[in-house]
Amino acid sequence: MIARAARLGEATLTAAVPIVLALVVNGILLAALGRDPFTFYADMFNRGLIQWEGFQESIIRSAPLLLIAAGLIVAFRANLWNLGGDGQFLLGAAFTAGFAPSLLESLGVWPMLLATMAIAALAGGAWTLIPALLRGRYGVNEIITTLMMSFIGIGVANVLVKGPFMTEVGGVARTDVVPFDERFPLLFDTRIHLGFVIGVVALLAVHVLMTRTSLGLRLRILGASPRAALHAGLRPVRLTVIAFALSGALIGLSGSVEILGVQGSFRADFNPAYGLLVIPLVFLARLNAIGSLVLVIVFSVIQIGGESAAREAEITSDVLFVLVGLMLLFMALTEYWRARRGRRMRFVPPELAERLRPAAGDGGGVGGEPRPAIGAREMGSR
Amino acid sequence: MGADSDNRRGTQPAPLCELRGITKVFPGVVANDGIDLDVRAGEVHALLGENGAGKSTLINILSGMYRPDAGSTSFEGRPVQIDSPRAAIELGIGTVYQHLTLVPTLSVLENLMLGSQGGTGRLDLEGARERFAELARLLGVDFAPGARAGALALGQQQQVEIMKALWRQDSRVLILDEPTSMLTPQGYEELRGVLENLKSEGLAVILITHKLHEAIELGDRVTVLRAGRVVGSLAPEELRGRSERELSARIVEMMFGEQAAELADAVEVEATPVRRNLPRRELGEVALAVRGLALDGDEDAVGLRDVTVEVRTGEIVGVAGVDGNGQRELAELIAGQRGSRVGEVLLFGEDVTRLGVGERERRGLRYVTDDRIGEGMVADLDVAMNAVLKRIGRRPFWRAGAERRDEIDRFAEGLVERYNVRTPDVRTRLATLSGGNVQKLLLARELAGEPRVAVFNKPTHGLDVRTAEFVRDQIREAAAAGLAALVISTEIEELVDLCDRIVVISRGELTGEVENTPGVEERVGALMVARSGSAS
Repeated sequence: MIARAARLGEATLTAAVPIVLALVVNGILLAALGRDPFTFYADMFNRGLIQWEGFQESIIRSAPLLLIAAGLIVAFRANLWNLGGDGQFLLGAAFTAGFAPSLLESLGVWPMLLATMAIAALAGGAWTLIPALLRGRYGVNEIITTLMMSFIGIGVANVLVKGPFMTEVGGVARTDVVPFDERFPLLFDTRIHLGFVIGVVALLAVHVLMTRTSLGLRLRILGASPRAALHAGLRPVRLTVIAFALSGALIGLSGSVEILGVQGSFRADFNPAYGLLVIPLVFLARLNAIGSLVLVIVFSVIQIGGESAAREAEITSDVLFVLVGLMLLFMALTEYWRARRGRRMRFVPPELAERLRPAAGDGGGVGGEPRPAIGAREMGSR
Repeated sequence: MGADSDNRRGTQPAPLCELRGITKVFPGVVANDGIDLDVRAGEVHALLGENGAGKSTLINILSGMYRPDAGSTSFEGRPVQIDSPRAAIELGIGTVYQHLTLVPTLSVLENLMLGSQGGTGRLDLEGARERFAELARLLGVDFAPGARAGALALGQQQQVEIMKALWRQDSRVLILDEPTSMLTPQGYEELRGVLENLKSEGLAVILITHKLHEAIELGDRVTVLRAGRVVGSLAPEELRGRSERELSARIVEMMFGEQAAELADAVEVEATPVRRNLPRRELGEVALAVRGLALDGDEDAVGLRDVTVEVRTGEIVGVAGVDGNGQRELAELIAGQRGSRVGEVLLFGEDVTRLGVGERERRGLRYVTDDRIGEGMVADLDVAMNAVLKRIGRRPFWRAGAERRDEIDRFAEGLVERYNVRTPDVRTRLATLSGGNVQKLLLARELAGEPRVAVFNKPTHGLDVRTAEFVRDQIREAAAAGLAALVISTEIEELVDLCDRIVVISRGELTGEVENTPGVEERVGALMVARSGSAS
C-alpha cells in the first residue's frame, strides 16, 4: 500500500514538474516581452478556472479532448501509434454535421443524436482500417500510414462539406446549422453539455477495458511483446484491427460531440487540430486514463484562460503554444533525469550497507586507496 | 610470456587483475556479495555457478557495464575504476558475450573494425589486415577477412567475436560468457586449442560456464559462485592429478552444500552421458506427425527442407543439433507460429496445418519455447497473469470478458506450489523471477490442463543442474502419463538421458535418426558433423 502510494506520488510529481517548470520559463519569456507574468497567470487561472463562466468554458472544451484521449490510450497501450486523430475527428464531425439536419427532421432529437454519433464512430473507425491491415499483415509502419490517411481524411471532410453536405444558404461553405435547442442537452443550469459526460464515461470505460477485461489484456500483451502475443495464441492482425477501430471510433465520436455540443455546423476548413494536441497529454499521464482525465482538464483551463489572458495582455495567443511546447520539452527532460537517476540508484538494503561499511575500509586496504563509491553519506541519504 | 604458464607450478605470479569485495545489489536481490577474484596472466579462470549465481553481474562489472556498489578493482597492482565499457577496453579487457553481436551483412574485417576506429579519419585497412592475420594465426581460423559474417558457421562467428575482443594490440584479459553453448563437439575441441594458444600468449582468460565438466576440463583455476557469493575455489595444484569424478563431487558440494548427495544423478547427466535403464514405456498411436515441412530461409529464419518426424503417445523423441540449424523454426511450424511453404502437421491423424496457434493449443498441443522471457512470458505482467496467458478470455478465469482475479490467483498459486516456483507471491512481476523459476512456471503452465503433444525447445538451457533435473523429471512423468514429447536440445547427454529415439538436424534438414542404444552419442555426434559442413 505504501509502495503504491509512493508510486502514485511519484507519477503525480513527474507530471507536475514539467508543468510548473514550463509555467516558470514561459513567465520569464512573458517578462522579457514586457508583460507581467503574474498578471498573465492570474488572469489565466481566473478566467479559465475560478470564474464560473470560464470554468464552464474549460469543461466544454475538454469534452472532445477526453474522447480523443480515450481513443489514443486504446491504441498506444497496444503499441500502435495512431497519429491520424485529426482526420478521424474531422470525418466524424463532417458526417455528424452532414446527417444531423435531415435526421433531425425525420427522426427527432434523440434518435438523431444517437444515430449521428454512431455514424461518426463508424467513420472514424473505418478510416483506420487501411493502416491497421497494412500494419497487421505486412508490418507497414502505422505512424506514416495514419498520418497520410489523416491528410486524406481532412480533405475528404472538406470535400463533403463543400459538396453533398453543403447548405443552400449563401455565405461561407458550411453545413446546415442544427438549432441550439436540438443539440446535446445541457447539464442542470450550466452551459456544459452532455458531451462532457460522454467523454468522462468513455475514459473511465477505457480504463476498465484496459485493466479488467480479456480484450484489454490481449491488447496490452500485443503492445508489450508481439512475439508473446503470437505464442499465446492471440491473433495479432485481428487485435491490431480492433485496437485501431476502437481508437478511430472514439476519436470520430469526439468530432461528433464537438458538432453536437458546440459548433452546430461544420464550416469549411474547420480544423482545431485537437488530435495532435492530446498526444502529449496522454504521454504526460503515462497512458493512464485517470491521469489523462486530470491533465486534459488542466490543459483546457490553460487554453481557455490563456486565450482570454492573452487578449488582456495584448499578446498573441501563440504564447500558449509556447507554453505547451515548453511542457513537452520539460517532460522529455524529466524523463531523462528519471532514467539517469534510475541508473544511478542504489538498492543496497540497510543491513547490508551496515555490514559493508567496515568491509569497504578493509577492501580498500588490499586494493590500495579505499574507494569512495560506497560513501556512507550516499547510502544514508536513501 | 610463456614463462608465466610455467611459473604457475612454483611461485605464484602476482595477479593481473584483482577484484576485492565486489558487491552489487539490484532491487530485491544481492547479485554479488563481497566477491573476491584474482585473474592471472596465462591462466584460464573458470567461473562456475548456476543461473542467477551472479556470474554475469560480475562480468558486467569487470567489463564496465555496471558499477559496483562496493568493492575495489586493481589492475597490475594499481587501483582502477572501470566505470565505462571504454575504460575496460582501454585496460585491455575484451568480452565475448553469449549472443553474437556481429553485423551479418558486413565482412569479417568490417565487423572487426567497427568501434575500434576512433575519430573520423580514414580507415586503416592495411593495419587491420595485419592484425587479422596475426589473430588468425593465434586462433587458427581458416576463413578470409573478406567473408561475409552472416555466411560463416556459428563456431566461426564465435571466433570472429573472440578476434573482436582481442582486436586491440594490448589485450590482456579475455572474458568468454558461456562460449560452448553453440559449439559442436568438434568446435569444442577447437575452442580448447584456442584457449591453449591464448594462454601461451600470456593472456588471462575468464571463462563463464554453468557446466561442471567444462569448468574442470578448460579451467586452470575454478571459482564457484552461489547466490552472489564465492563458495569455493580450486587452485591449479588442486585441479591437477585428480580424477574428474573426484573434482565433480567436490564442486557439487560447494555448489549445493548438504543437498549434494541427492544431486549425484543430475551431475552424472552433466558430466558423463550414461544411459539409464528406464522401464520401456508403452508406445501408443502416432500423436504428432510432421510430413515434408519446408520453409524458405530469410534473414531471421533458417530454411527447412523436407522435415518428417513422428512421435507416438508416451514417446520422447529428441532433436539433436548445433544451435541455429532450424530447431526453432521447426518448433514454430509445429506450434503454428509460422506458416510452412509445403508439408503438413498432423495431430492424431487430423491435419492442423492450416490452424492457428490457439486452435492447435485447444487440441492438446503445447510448445515450451526456449525464449522464455521474450516469447513465453510477458515480463511486465505478474506471475498469475503469465500462468493463464494462453487461456485469456476462457472460463473460469474470465466471464463474459471480465477478469476474475480470484480464480486466476488461485490457479497460479496451485501451479507455483506444485512446481515449487520461488516467488514472493503470484502478484509479483514476472521480470523479478530468476531464469530457473521462469522455466518452472512456463513448464507448469504448458503441462497444466490436458497436454497430449508437447514440443520442448531447449528445456534446460541455462538452468542449474538441480532445476534441469527437475525439468527432465517433469518431461519423463508427462510421457509416462501418455504425452508425446519432442525434445529439442543442443546437449547430446541430455537427449541420451531422456529420449527413446533421437533425430539429428543440420542446416534445416534431418540428417538421420538413431534409436537410443549404447553408443548413440558417437553416432549422433557423427551425424551432426557429417553434413553440417563447416558448422564447427
